[in-house]
Order: sequence, then structure tokens, then C-alpha cells
Amino acid sequence: MSIQTILTWAVVIGVFLVTLKPLGTYMVRVFTFQPTILDRPLKPIENFIFRVIGVDRESSMSAKEYSLSLILTNFAWAVGAYILLRLQGQLPFNPQHFGAVNPQLAFNTATSFTTNTNWQAYAGESTMSYFSQFAVLSYLQFVTPATGGAAGIAFLRTLSGRKLGNFFVDLTLMTTRLLLPLSIIVTLILVAQGIPEALSPYLHVHSIVGQTQVVPRGPIASWEAIEHLGQNGGGYTNANSANPLESPTALTNVVLTIAMGLLPVAFFYAFGVITGRRRLGWTLIGVAGVLYLVMLALLYFPEAAGNPIINAIGLHTHANMVGKETRFGIGGTAIFSTSTMAFTTGSVASAHDSFLPISSIAFYMAMFLNMVFGGKGVGLLNMLMFVIITVFLIGLMVGRTPEFLGKKIEAKEVSLASVAFLIHPLLILAGTALAVATPAGMAGVFNPGPHGLSEIIYGFTSAAANNGSAFGGLGAALPFYEVALGIVVVIGRYASIIAMLFIGQSLLQKKAVPESAGTMHTDTVLFGGVLLGSIVILNALTFFPIMALGPIAEQYLMMAHHLF
Amino acid sequence: MKVLRAVIGVSVGLWVLVGLAYPLAMTGISQVIFPYQANGSQVKLNGKVVASAHVGQYFDQSQYFWGRPSATSPPYNPEASSPSNLGPTNKLLIQHIKARVALLLKTTPGLKVNQIPASMVESSGSGLDPDITVQSALIQIPRIAKATGIQSATLRRIVTQHIVRPQLGIFGRSHVNVVDLNLAVFKLLHP
Repeated sequence: MSIQTILTWAVVIGVFLVTLKPLGTYMVRVFTFQPTILDRPLKPIENFIFRVIGVDRESSMSAKEYSLSLILTNFAWAVGAYILLRLQGQLPFNPQHFGAVNPQLAFNTATSFTTNTNWQAYAGESTMSYFSQFAVLSYLQFVTPATGGAAGIAFLRTLSGRKLGNFFVDLTLMTTRLLLPLSIIVTLILVAQGIPEALSPYLHVHSIVGQTQVVPRGPIASWEAIEHLGQNGGGYTNANSANPLESPTALTNVVLTIAMGLLPVAFFYAFGVITGRRRLGWTLIGVAGVLYLVMLALLYFPEAAGNPIINAIGLHTHANMVGKETRFGIGGTAIFSTSTMAFTTGSVASAHDSFLPISSIAFYMAMFLNMVFGGKGVGLLNMLMFVIITVFLIGLMVGRTPEFLGKKIEAKEVSLASVAFLIHPLLILAGTALAVATPAGMAGVFNPGPHGLSEIIYGFTSAAANNGSAFGGLGAALPFYEVALGIVVVIGRYASIIAMLFIGQSLLQKKAVPESAGTMHTDTVLFGGVLLGSIVILNALTFFPIMALGPIAEQYLMMAHHLF
Repeated sequence: MKVLRAVIGVSVGLWVLVGLAYPLAMTGISQVIFPYQANGSQVKLNGKVVASAHVGQYFDQSQYFWGRPSATSPPYNPEASSPSNLGPTNKLLIQHIKARVALLLKTTPGLKVNQIPASMVESSGSGLDPDITVQSALIQIPRIAKATGIQSATLRRIVTQHIVRPQLGIFGRSHVNVVDLNLAVFKLLHP
């Protein structure tokens, strides 16, 4: 392990630790309507929007109204995006003269970007005009993470005994107060490092050996900033953040890694502040942090040791550099990959399909759990879902009434949490089974052997977890996958958010139980350990069989130098 | 009806702000503050654009340094960035690597397998990786010296001069940019 790798990791994790408190506190101030430093420039813009839509800043909705507004707004975006993509040929800012996007692809892209999944069945640089990139897709990369964040904030408010809030207000503030200011700063750093930000046509280059290259340009830096700050992960180009046009230096790799994590990590801290239970906040940060470090190790060490079959050739170095970029190295690639999976961004700085099977288990782990910080808001919702299940399990074991935040956890909450938990494996396993059982599904497999199954599992897991990265070999542009994954992303996105909103409302309506000697404490290291254990056991029971058929089988075959 | 007005109002309002104003303003600002980077970091030779500084190019002539294998078609095609996506137990992956090793051994006098870094025979994540490790450049010197008649010592000096150190001493590993190296070779060949 080089000193550069250690320092790079230390910088990334250090920035998270330093920023989580001020950012988390700022978030709470914004969403409890206390004055903040950005009031002066932004309030007039927000007030204008609120006046137009006839909504009061501090008004509130019921869980039903909130969910309905969320769904309707998202639906409107999907329809709008679909129409604009279909009309691409007639719209401005199209110097490369790309025609209309075909109907299936427009459907798949509209649903996948609206659900913040950003699964891409197309190559941006050869499909999308500048207008589609910035006014359709980049726009969705602002408002859809803001949607997830709004749901998270609403849930936090109910946990703290406040009213749910107004969806339209939360959506707007999430965009104006968090995503926009951070995006402006990150964009400028990225441009300074060499990412293009232009509206002129693709650049024609004539090399010294007489070859012509056409180099894409466009507003790439501003895209890249929100792609990561919003945990979106849709690449401007096909190779995403492995492309030197999207991430030209080791520093941009680190900046993007940090950009993805800032808000999700701070969200966990905000939970502690708004509920007045900072120790519990730290417990949850600890649990997610441990899982993050496990992933980092799982991604780094096997890749640094390399593929035994290739090592048998006897080369000078052993690290697995298939699908990785020289300027990032294994260390920089590992921290980026860990973050993109943990924070459910789904952008890639390397080809995930070419990772060794054992390291790829870190990818699956992040997407199965979906709460190693996760996307902002949504990750915390998933974490609290596991907390509720764990509290219930412990309650059963020690024979006490399960309580969380001073409220009794009863049949209704446990049922909703179980539904939210079970939808995820249902989508993944049923989807994979369907793909494996049909010729249309099998036609998409690129790599032979168990790796082919891994590609399919990854596709459905990524869609269900709204991650959006892929084992790139899978034929995502086939109609089967465009439609099947399009449906999975929609269910995966909204079912769990809505279940959690209803849990929040149900808890809000309950009377608080005063703490007594019999109260089970959730803010201790012991509880953190039990929570971690429950998370691991629940998910291992659910997913181990399919992992055994995919990556685990391949790992053993690889160690036996077996090729397909 | 009130909901509909809110849905459309908030969508359009935010669209104007972050869908139009943000990208256009950032483009305008970037064009003023960082015009070189914002327009694709164009490298010029005699007034003509010969490279975009961060995008790799394909070299297969013996007199120039070679970059990493590229999975795009044709190689180093920036309009179709892509990795190979080959899995670790795919026969094709091992075939590609062995063929590349054989090519390097055949074209480079005195080269041994255990001198070749893995990154030099394994394709990159974008197909556009502009960089190779310092070792990958050094092992190519005998071939280039033979093809061009340039002294090995001169070539070694060019490599050393073009080493890019980790940024701020922390980020990334030492590497060399292949296009930069070849521009230096080109200038020696065409004084």
C-alpha cells in the first residue's frame, strides 16, 4: 500500500468527518426555517416560486398528500423528459445534429433519471444533444435527489415531533439551499482541473501521426458536479467518470468522491440534531462507517493482489488494471468505487464488470443493504427501517415492548418496515429469475460462465437500489432490459419511500412513552453492534444463495485457473 | 387543481433556475475564467490543434511511445468511450493480454516478460487513458531508439522530464502522458 493511497483515503474520510457537523446543522436550520447565511440571495427566488404555486413556506401536508404530491411531480418530470427527448431533433443546442431518441430508450431514460437511478442504456456522447444533457437530464439530476432528500427531511421532522412539512417547499429548498450552491463551487474546481464547459461543437483534433479525433465537449463540468453531489451517477459519456473528459486528474477523482458523500453523511448527523439524540446519530454513523470501511478493504486488497490467472504470465506488476485508469491507480479507484456504491451514486471511474469476483461482493453488499449512508434521505430511511426491525427483534428476545425515540413500535410500524425491507429482494430475485428463464433475458449476457449471472444480478440490484451503475457488459439497450429495469426502478424507488413516510406519520400520532428503567437504549455501542449484526444476518439469509451461484462460484473457479 | 398548479409551477420554476440558468451561467463564467480548460485543453503545434491534453491518442508506429490497450473502436475514439467489460475468467481477456505481451516482446529488442507492467497489457476504463506508468515508457526505449536513431539516453531524459508527480504530493501515482512524450519525440524528428 503506497503512502499516496493512505493519504488519499485519509483526506476523503477526513473531509467527511470535518464537514458532517456544520453541514448537518445547516441542513436542520434550513428545514426548520431558521435563518441561515444564504437567506439574502436565495429567499427572493424561493418566495417568487412559492407565490406562483400558492404555497406557504411553513405549511404542512399529511403523509398521503405529501406522497401524492411527490408522485405527481415525479410523474410530470418523467412525461416532460420523455417528450423533450422525443423532440430532440427539433430543439436548440444540438451542434452534432442528433435526432429524436427512440421510444423505448426515451421511456427507460425518463424513468431511470426521474427515479434518481440514472441507469443508462445509451452512450451520451453519441446520443444526446447539449440541450438534452443540461435542460433535461442534468435538470433531473437536481430535482430527483431533492425529492429523495425531501422525503428524508419530512420523515425526520415527524420523528422530532414536528409536522411533516410541505413537499413543494422541501423540494425547492433542497435544490436552492444545498445542491445549487455546492454545485457552483464544485463546477469551478472541476473546470480548473480541465473538464470542458462549453457550448461549441465537438473538437476536431489532427494528431501528429495523421489521425483525426473528434473530442466531445459541452457543459460537462456542471453536469459532473451535480451528478455526484446529488448521488445521481448518470455519466455525460459512456465511460462515465473513467473518461478523462469527465475526470481528467487524480484530484478530480477525489473531489467527485467527496462530492458524493458530503450530503448523505451529513444527513445522518442531521438526524441526531433534529431528534435531539446526537448519540443515536453517531451510533448510526458508526454502523454505516464500519460497513464503508469493510467495502473499501474488500475492493482494494484483492484488486491490488491481482487476478491469479494473469499473474501466472509473470508480468512486472500484479494489480488488476483491467478497466482502470492509470491516473487514479488502485487506491483512488477503490475509494471512488466504495463511495459510488455506498452513496448509491452509481457513477463509475472504472469498469465494474472487470473487478475480481471477491471484490465485486462489495458492490452487491452496498446495493443489497442500501443504507451504507445511501443517497441522502433515502439511505437514512433504509437505515431507520433496519433500526425499527432490530428494535422489534430485540424486544421479542428480551420480552419488552419495543420502543424507538420514545414511541411504541407496534404491529403497524413493523408491518410497514417489513414491506419496505422485502420489496427490495423481491424485485432483485424475481427480476433475475425472469431474465435467466427467458431467451430475451439471456440474450443480454456478455461474459460467459458464472460471471454472466453476476451481470444479470447486478443489473436488477442496481435498478432496485436506484444505484444506476452496471456491469457494463450486460446488454442494457435490449428491449427486455429497457422495460424490465424501467419497471423495477419505479417500484424500488417509491414503495420504500412511501412506506417510511407512513411509518413516520403513524409514530407522530402516538403518545410519547416516558423513559424508564425498562427503556431499551438505542444510542449505545451495544445497540450499534446488534444493529450491524441484524443487518448482516437479514441480508445474508436473503442473498447468500444467489451470491454463491455468481461471484462466489466464479472466485473459486478463478483460483483454480478455470476460464470460460 | 391546486396541486396541479403547484406541480407545474415548481417544476417550471426550478427548471428555469437549475435546468437553464445554472448550466448557461457556469458555461459563461468558465469561458471567462478558464477558457483553455473549458474549451477542451487544446494542445497546438504550429497553430494547429494536435491533441486535447487529457485525451489519449492511438500510436502503433515503432518510433513513438505506445499507450495502454484501448477497447474502443477504432482505438482511442473519444466519441465512443468504453472499457472492454471483459470479466476476470473470460477466455478473451487472457487471449488479449497474451497477444499484447507477445507483440511487445516481438517489437522491443531485449525486453523480458517480467519487465512489462500489467497496465501496459490491460485495457483502460475509458479506452482513452492518456497515461502510462514510468516503467511502461522506459521499456519502450530500445524499440524507439532503433526505429528513430535517437540515442537511448536522450529518450530516457525525455521520459524523466515528462514524469507527472502525484498532485500536491498526495493524489495519484507518478505517470507520463503518452501524447506529451510523443510530441517531444516528434519535435526531435522534425526540428
